[in-house]
Amino acid sequence: MSDQDNQGQKVSAALQLRRQDFVSDQEVRWCPGCGDYSILAQTQKTLPELNIPRENFVFVSGIGCSSRFPYYVNTYGFHGIHGRAPTLATGIKASRPELSVWVITGDGDALSIGGNHFMHTIRRNLDINIILFNNRIYGLTKGQYSPTSEFGKKTKSTPIGSIDYPINPLCIAISNEATFVARSIDVDVKHLSSVLTQAAQHKGVSFVEVFQNCNIYNDGAFKHFAKREFRDDRTISLEHGKPLIFGKNRDKGIRMNGLNLEVVDLGNGVSESELLVHDVYSPEPHLANMLARMDYPDFPVPIGLFRSLAKPTYDELMEAQIQDAISRRGKGDLEKLLNAGDVWVVE
Amino acid sequence: MPVITTEKDGKSNSNIVEVETATIRFAGDSGDGIQLTGTQFTNTSAFFGNDISTLPDFPAEIRAPAGSLPGVSGFQINFSSRDIRTPGDQPNALVAMNPAALKVHLSDLKSGGIIIANSDSFGRLNLRKAGYKTNPLEDGTLGSYRLIPIPLTELNSSALKDVDLPKKDADRCKNFFALGITYWLYERSLEPTLGWIKTKFKKNQKILEANTLALRAGYNYADTIELFTTHYRVRTAELSPGRYRNITGNEATAFGFIAASQMAKRPLFYASYPITPASDILHELSQHKNFGIRTFQAEDEIAAIGAAIGASFAGHLGLTGTSGPGVSLKSEAIGLAVMTELPVVVANIQRGGPSTGLPTKTEQADLLQAMFGRNGECPAAIVAPDTPAGCFSMAFEAFRLAIQFMTPVFFLSDGYLANGAEPWKIPLVKDLPNIAVDFRTDPEGFQPYLRDEKTLSRPWAIPGTPGLEHRIGGLEKQHLTGDVSYNSENHDFMVRLRAEKIRKIANFIPDVEVFGESEGELLVVGWGSTYGAITSAVESMQEEGISVSSIHLRYLNPFPRNLGDILSRFRKVLVPELNLGQLLMVLRARYLVDAVGFNKVRGLPFKISELKVKIRELV
Repeated sequence: MSDQDNQGQKVSAALQLRRQDFVSDQEVRWCPGCGDYSILAQTQKTLPELNIPRENFVFVSGIGCSSRFPYYVNTYGFHGIHGRAPTLATGIKASRPELSVWVITGDGDALSIGGNHFMHTIRRNLDINIILFNNRIYGLTKGQYSPTSEFGKKTKSTPIGSIDYPINPLCIAISNEATFVARSIDVDVKHLSSVLTQAAQHKGVSFVEVFQNCNIYNDGAFKHFAKREFRDDRTISLEHGKPLIFGKNRDKGIRMNGLNLEVVDLGNGVSESELLVHDVYSPEPHLANMLARMDYPDFPVPIGLFRSLAKPTYDELMEAQIQDAISRRGKGDLEKLLNAGDVWVVE
Repeated sequence: MPVITTEKDGKSNSNIVEVETATIRFAGDSGDGIQLTGTQFTNTSAFFGNDISTLPDFPAEIRAPAGSLPGVSGFQINFSSRDIRTPGDQPNALVAMNPAALKVHLSDLKSGGIIIANSDSFGRLNLRKAGYKTNPLEDGTLGSYRLIPIPLTELNSSALKDVDLPKKDADRCKNFFALGITYWLYERSLEPTLGWIKTKFKKNQKILEANTLALRAGYNYADTIELFTTHYRVRTAELSPGRYRNITGNEATAFGFIAASQMAKRPLFYASYPITPASDILHELSQHKNFGIRTFQAEDEIAAIGAAIGASFAGHLGLTGTSGPGVSLKSEAIGLAVMTELPVVVANIQRGGPSTGLPTKTEQADLLQAMFGRNGECPAAIVAPDTPAGCFSMAFEAFRLAIQFMTPVFFLSDGYLANGAEPWKIPLVKDLPNIAVDFRTDPEGFQPYLRDEKTLSRPWAIPGTPGLEHRIGGLEKQHLTGDVSYNSENHDFMVRLRAEKIRKIANFIPDVEVFGESEGELLVVGWGSTYGAITSAVESMQEEGISVSSIHLRYLNPFPRNLGDILSRFRKVLVPELNLGQLLMVLRARYLVDAVGFNKVRGLPFKISELKVKIRELV
């Protein structure tokens, strides 16, 4: 981390990158009103502040509306195949650890066809940023349900209601030991920008779920808590070291009751000191997992940083093994290699 | 077998028969050390100076029930004083460590051939497992062979009686006892194997001692007991001067890729998922990290090729290795590599199919898959080695083409080449061609899909290069700009351009050479591992004065420029293949030649004899 900061200071003086430098020449083709525009804008605002040369960014995507993202950012980009962006990203980052690699994916791309790669790439703690645009629907193919759609949802492929139980992306990330887990909302632009920045700065796999509104096929999926009038009462912004308090009047809190979480009204004999204090560095995943499972109406929907751990990354471990082999055996000598083993000479 | 001389051996009371070639097959329970035994005999013979060729034959299971027929493991070596190209049609000698081994392999043994059988393992239970009602060692059914039953287990036990080892471990040395016997039979030196035992077991003195004793005891037993009225001499072969080592196809494949990486001065990125018979390539490459080789054992076949493509995008040499079922899984991603025009090599070590098929048996039925197995018009270049040692140069070639033409390239080997061994004349590094890699750096006038005039390849512009930021992907591309384009004229143009790019590779690969006269009655055309058997069969027929020539294709897409012309100069064309006629189909369609096939799908290579029969039929 400190290396990157020092590098950043030197680079930023020369770089002076602006948002405009990250806008590509392609006409953005998402539907008017799509939540993706906001995520794109916040990304383009955030990237110049990371002090990374523009040519070192690589945006990799799969298939879906989310996955059109790389075309709109003026960096190196790879629009891959459905579900396989993490595999491409692995090859890119493991071979060139100095690059800043971002995977842009969606609820279908990452959790349905891409579930396997999603899981393993997180497990390996590859130092990349995975941003999952969760709109709880399949937008590009025009309205089928996704692994995060509610039970019973009526869609084109489930006209009398989906019988699939949905899954929570944060829980999958946590159970695969993701070292950085965060969530934001497309309409909360300041929060989103802050989360993206923290994700970029984290060394290790950074998983960010972004609630994104698909106004054509699943409009208002998050309205019940994301709409401004509800947000303060129905979401909770997690902050490390701070007690879990929410509500427009900051009069509600969360505490443990046995093994479960419980929402309480502050003041009714309940003091702040009884509340759960958030700890992103907790080595065990239990707290992060419990918080990730909170959902309206029983609980406020949590946004912010759930977990942040320091752990050696796949790419640095791979690089270390290469360097170690070279220092122990010397750089590879092809002549020696070919002539190794039992050689005999014919005169 | 052609006998050269017979003389009395002064030391023992037997005759020494000098032969040009001999073929021995070891067979026993998997877990009996058959592969190890065969490999030792091979290395000893190669070191001595014979030309050798091997055919290991393993079962798919790790350990089938002991003594059962599916559990039989075999290893055949052909060794010679002249240039040989195959592991031999039939063994002259069969070493059968149990009844099941005899049952499975007897039918291949030459009439009058030698059977060395471990009589101790021919008890009632083992006989029943092998489906024998009576003991073949005693019931006279083996009368037409030279049967030599030896109580190997007991003899081995008593040779090791003073070594402090539990019976089970001591028994496991009996394969070295058997090896010692065969060394005497074929006048092999004990030294290479003794040296190998010393190194391999230096951390376990007891096993080291036991194996050494067993080997010597077997040799001495054969020498003393006068088991054999005859033993055999196979002189050294006349190999051209140079440095040699034994090599298997998979080893040569790995070395070829490493060599390409060195000559291109780009690091190799090998991503793979374990699969028989390709896993050894992953094992070998993962040992050479000091060459900057990054090996990645992916979660599945698709992740493997995804990572290889990502690595190529980033400027490394992306490589993935697998077998038929893995190529099926990788198909969509190969299409992505074709559309994004990235240099990626896909090594398919073919095995019996379809589906899971026969993992440990050889076949060459994935050619059409390599040519056509993707959605849309999706051409990829294809190369195929012809011998175990030849895997080195074709692996190297695969990358030369991938880089020069910015395209995925299939490397089609097979199980027989992968595990077969032969002597390899080690090339000098200074004689290896350089592979030019010119990353684009100049932003002036850069477009991701600009074309090189001669090769039609696009620039290799890698992340980290300032001013060249661009996006690629699987959607159709506009010519030159590389932007996403749904335009109809552009799509037609780009499909044809990609096809033309692959066709143009023909200008950069060698012409195929004819073995024999440049025209005549019959041309035999082969590809892949059938080289040895075809060439030997054709050579033999040529010596009889028959008008037959052969060619062997190592470049299958595109074909060499002169192929059409060669085909036209023969009245008939025969295509022997270990499939139902895949190259045959393509040749007929492409060149309008009425070629016929000779097709075998038995999980085994062709025999020279069966090819000769077929050739005779046609001329």
